[in-house]
Amino acid sequence: MADSGERKASLEMKTLWHLFFPNLWQVQADGTDGNCVTFMLHDEDHTLGNSLRYMVMKNPDVEFCGYCITHPSESKINFRIQTRGSLPAVEPFRKGLNDLMGVCQHVLDTFEVRLLPEELRGLFVKRG
Amino acid sequence: MAAERSVAEMRERVVLGEFGVRNVHTTDFPGNYPGYDDAWDPRRFEEEFRVDVVREEDGVLEFDMVGIDAAVANAFRRILLAEFQLKIKCSRNPEAARESSDPNELYFNHKVYSKHMTWVPLGNQADLFPDADFRPVHDDILIALLRPGQEIDVLMHCVKGVGKDHAKFSPVATASYRLLPDITLLQPVEDEAAETLQKCFSPGVIEIQNVKGKKVARVANARLDTFSREVFRHEGLKNLVRLARVRNHYIFTVESTGILPPDVLVTEAIKILMGKCQRFLNELDTVPME
Repeated sequence: MADSGERKASLEMKTLWHLFFPNLWQVQADGTDGNCVTFMLHDEDHTLGNSLRYMVMKNPDVEFCGYCITHPSESKINFRIQTRGSLPAVEPFRKGLNDLMGVCQHVLDTFEVRLLPEELRGLFVKRG
Repeated sequence: MAAERSVAEMRERVVLGEFGVRNVHTTDFPGNYPGYDDAWDPRRFEEEFRVDVVREEDGVLEFDMVGIDAAVANAFRRILLAEFQLKIKCSRNPEAARESSDPNELYFNHKVYSKHMTWVPLGNQADLFPDADFRPVHDDILIALLRPGQEIDVLMHCVKGVGKDHAKFSPVATASYRLLPDITLLQPVEDEAAETLQKCFSPGVIEIQNVKGKKVARVANARLDTFSREVFRHEGLKNLVRLARVRNHYIFTVESTGILPPDVLVTEAIKILMGKCQRFLNELDTVPME
């Protein structure tokens, strides 16, 4: 059992953590090496939750990924990732965010080229 | 062979049965299908993804987004409806109408319209927005009726907000999508049955051709259908047709309230989703305290 000093230190750590990371907190399951983590994303909802879950689930290293909205009157989501083996869950989380950014960038590029007049479209050759 | 076909159907089509809908959820995740590589591959996505603009009119944009999952397409739609900001910045609108008149000839200024609101720059706003022309989208909205001796002298405050706070802040009128319909005739449908079949669908979906003196039904343009499922009410026809939707083909319709053109709304929505990702990536990259 942790003595009161240790408990106080961990509480202070927590307060500091929240200062540095106002939007993203992490909760790790007891007895794991960071491969089961719940991320709390503040001020987010299904918009990011569902699209990010899709991108994370597309990662073969991920055993489980799911999210929930904690309560309708709280604007935050709990985003859970469990990985296979000992890969830290933060890695697929980061990869998911990067992949989603990549998708958006490509959708944006394609959309903007599509809106150009036909004679200008040829200037933008598809990357490949 | 049949199993292979049903796997392909499960992956690519949402099927509408007489009762209920099958294959609704996305299932193409790694490990779900033996023999398929479903891990995320940006190159494959970029090769298959395309956007086609179908209709571009004053304030309305219809376009197809093909090769994307519901999770992402829905994020765009949600952002359009809930997370958009008005481009009008905090401004002051004094409005004064002094004498009024009965019907239009008798009095002056007895009808107060939205066009009477004028923007008064505060602080350095005039420098910040040198070419700004902030005004109501419609200048003929009646605000008040006055009579001689009455006047209005108000200072109005204009606030920029987000649609998820209140719909009044949103520059997006409607934003919706539907999946591309896919109608397959499983057996030839002829003569009288063909005519009944045609009536089961929206106009233009089924066409009737004359083949060797027989009337034969053919799917002409499935896109036009609204999927009333009327066909399932006809005993003789319901087993001859498969109604489905193409899982990754989204037909978006975006309407603007007039503040921003709809194509700008879409590009801004995509940028907002990128901003959300960036927000958390930045925080992940902050040096962890140890």
